[in-house]
Amino acid sequence: MSSTEERTLSDYRRREQSITLSPLETQDDRSGEHDELLTLNFGPHHPATHGVLRLLVTLQAEIVRDIKPIIGYVHTGIEKTAEDKAYWKVIPIVERMDYLSYYFNAMAYCGAVETLAEVEVPKRAQYLRVIHLELNRIASHLIWLGTSALDLGAVSIFLYCLRERELILDLFEMSSGARMHTRYFQVGGVIEDIPAGFESKLRKFLEIMPARADEYGAILNSNEIVLQRLRGTCPLDADTLLGLGVSGPLLRAAGNPWDLRKADPYCSYDEFEFKIPIGTVGDNYDRFAVRLAEIYESVHIIEQALDGLPEGPHITEDRKIALPPRHELATSMEALIHHFKLVTEGMRVPPGEVYFPIESPRGELGCYVRSDGSSKPARVHMRDPSFVNLQALAPMVRGSYIADMIATTAMLDPILGGIDR
Amino acid sequence: MEIKREPLGPAGRGSPGSGLSGTGLRVERLNAEQMLRGAALEGPNQSAHLEGAELERYVQERVLTTTLDSAVAWARSNSFFPLAFGLACCAMEQFHTAGPRMDIARFGFEAFRASPRQADLIILAGRVSIKMAPIIRRLYDQMLEPKWAISMGACCSSMGVFNNYALVPADKFMPIDVHVPGCPPRPEALMHGVLKLRKLVQDDPDMGWRARYDAVGTEENI
Amino acid sequence: MPDATGLELLAAELGDAALETVYFRDRATVVIDPAKIRAVLAALRAKGYTFLASVHGVDYYPEGPRLGVMYELLDMHKVDRITVKLRVPTDAPSVESVTNATTEDPGWPTANHQEREVYDMFGVVFEGHPDLRRILMPEDYEGHPQRRDFPIGGEPVIFTRDEAGLLESRIEEGTGA
Repeated sequence: MSSTEERTLSDYRRREQSITLSPLETQDDRSGEHDELLTLNFGPHHPATHGVLRLLVTLQAEIVRDIKPIIGYVHTGIEKTAEDKAYWKVIPIVERMDYLSYYFNAMAYCGAVETLAEVEVPKRAQYLRVIHLELNRIASHLIWLGTSALDLGAVSIFLYCLRERELILDLFEMSSGARMHTRYFQVGGVIEDIPAGFESKLRKFLEIMPARADEYGAILNSNEIVLQRLRGTCPLDADTLLGLGVSGPLLRAAGNPWDLRKADPYCSYDEFEFKIPIGTVGDNYDRFAVRLAEIYESVHIIEQALDGLPEGPHITEDRKIALPPRHELATSMEALIHHFKLVTEGMRVPPGEVYFPIESPRGELGCYVRSDGSSKPARVHMRDPSFVNLQALAPMVRGSYIADMIATTAMLDPILGGIDR
Repeated sequence: MEIKREPLGPAGRGSPGSGLSGTGLRVERLNAEQMLRGAALEGPNQSAHLEGAELERYVQERVLTTTLDSAVAWARSNSFFPLAFGLACCAMEQFHTAGPRMDIARFGFEAFRASPRQADLIILAGRVSIKMAPIIRRLYDQMLEPKWAISMGACCSSMGVFNNYALVPADKFMPIDVHVPGCPPRPEALMHGVLKLRKLVQDDPDMGWRARYDAVGTEENI
Repeated sequence: MPDATGLELLAAELGDAALETVYFRDRATVVIDPAKIRAVLAALRAKGYTFLASVHGVDYYPEGPRLGVMYELLDMHKVDRITVKLRVPTDAPSVESVTNATTEDPGWPTANHQEREVYDMFGVVFEGHPDLRRILMPEDYEGHPQRRDFPIGGEPVIFTRDEAGLLESRIEEGTGA
């Protein structure tokens, strides 16, 4: 084992510092021409890679022949840190993984722990969760749209999307106190009920959001450059994508209507009516159109959730899982003991292993939790959709130009925090 | 309550090096006399006075350099070119700082450059992993003098939420001028940090960290 | 999820490859013999579980065999999930990779990066993997971080008041070493 380690050590260092030029056997119709393959390094610091993604691109003139993503530049050891903390303290750790869809990370983890501990989440909490999840989906798609348009050159869309995202972050700040990484979802429900004024502000937002999404569509769909760059570039069929484990808007753009919210509903999603936008060709334009259409659907879901929001507790009444309300601490001894045990030691979860998948803006986000009966999880693993979707980048861009590679990376919507964890 | 009043003139000043004149007001003025006599007034030997032509030249050097330095510092501080560099969640709040509500362009800092050669401010937005640290160092080395660094967020300032094997605090491999706390810091907080850096650069043309690390004179002026 | 009886029938079909079945919280898990992973996955693919959602590792310290690898399979038509689990000891952590296509089996290309991650974090060596290198840690890193006996690590916080002292000590270390 040691000799292979040594060999890989020097190989790695050599590769790190080399640009290879190798002759290409010309077997195609360009007889007499002498082509070379150039391996170029993109990133990790690059304005067009979304985060610290490093791509080793093998080029023949401007055509991409092969691509090799190298990741790990923002590896944070989240899963290892999560083993060290009590169950409810893991929630902020796990939230920071896929940093654009923080509610989804928390939802997957809380769902897994709730399954293990057999905790029932009250209806009001489920509806509140759906509202925040769909708001986060819109926010994530807005950043994707803004940064992708920035990559393509449409700079003003970035500012428009941030303008809407500010409204959403204001709503998050209203319900939980923080704009990002809010710790709003807890095991058993949500940490606090929504304040007065949240509903009216949310309704005002829902009134204007479809019109704003229409604006983005109008700007981008009538822009010849965007259409030329996105239409017909880098298509990939659904079967290859399924083999690569890709899910989410990428799979839906290729025509497969797989959406966990409809197929395997969790958290009361079966009580809402919404459509699944799918594409036909599977090229970059379809990926763009699918995500844009999902914004409208999310608005529709939030409207239904808000209209049907039931009364009730916002977190489970099981005092062994959730903190008792503070007014009870003055009168009830049991509440005090429960509070003390929960805060100092944390909740105890029966031993077992569970995998809980949900539909995040990028695909299937699954959380695997193994519990050994103590107050700290024995293993937390997040199956991140971007990590698996990244494997689809190579088949997509083989044979296309560098500009198409940039557009495809943007349409792939990779979030390096989730890829590297 | 007795209120003590003391005149702020040369007679009522405290020791020249203290900066405090006894009234509690922290007003440091470059007194012409102090400037003219130079360091002689501050040291133990207070009798070394410059005379005649030497004095004139001394004065000319000091006044010109000080004013020019201040003007250059003012210009530098109002035209940071940040490096477009986002690592993790803090990058999202960095976008919002450049966004329409907390507009960083009002201060003139909207020119985020992609190349480190053209940038003079690196805002480390996000957690620095051990794989990324040498690359950030290489980026920082590629930046031309004068250059400043802001460490945005808790993760790069002080390991943040994750204190584990995979992260390294930014202070370990590069000098940081301003640390902005928060996880992630609000756009207002990042703005506060950037404005603090601006004030730092305006007031002290000596470029902060070099004085702290005793590295004055290591600038490369091309 | 196949219900408990469905799971038993499935395990019976897999024959001696299936060592154990676990039906927990409405979720089915089959623990199999590590040598037969490809055959088991091919058999499950034939039954309709065509989507490999996740390949991840677990460290069962202190129970042995310590290193577990779990394969989450999904049947998109029946909306059914099943987990295939195998356990290997630390002194012989070798599992056949399911990434590449062979003559009998089209393979699971999605396992490429995920097996590399399990190798990086746990040290499970996947035989036949096209490119088994570290994926998240630097490639010359020593140790497998996610194992339970690997220390969590961490650095002390550097305060401004300690900075000067730190610099001196680092200079000493540099000149001394």
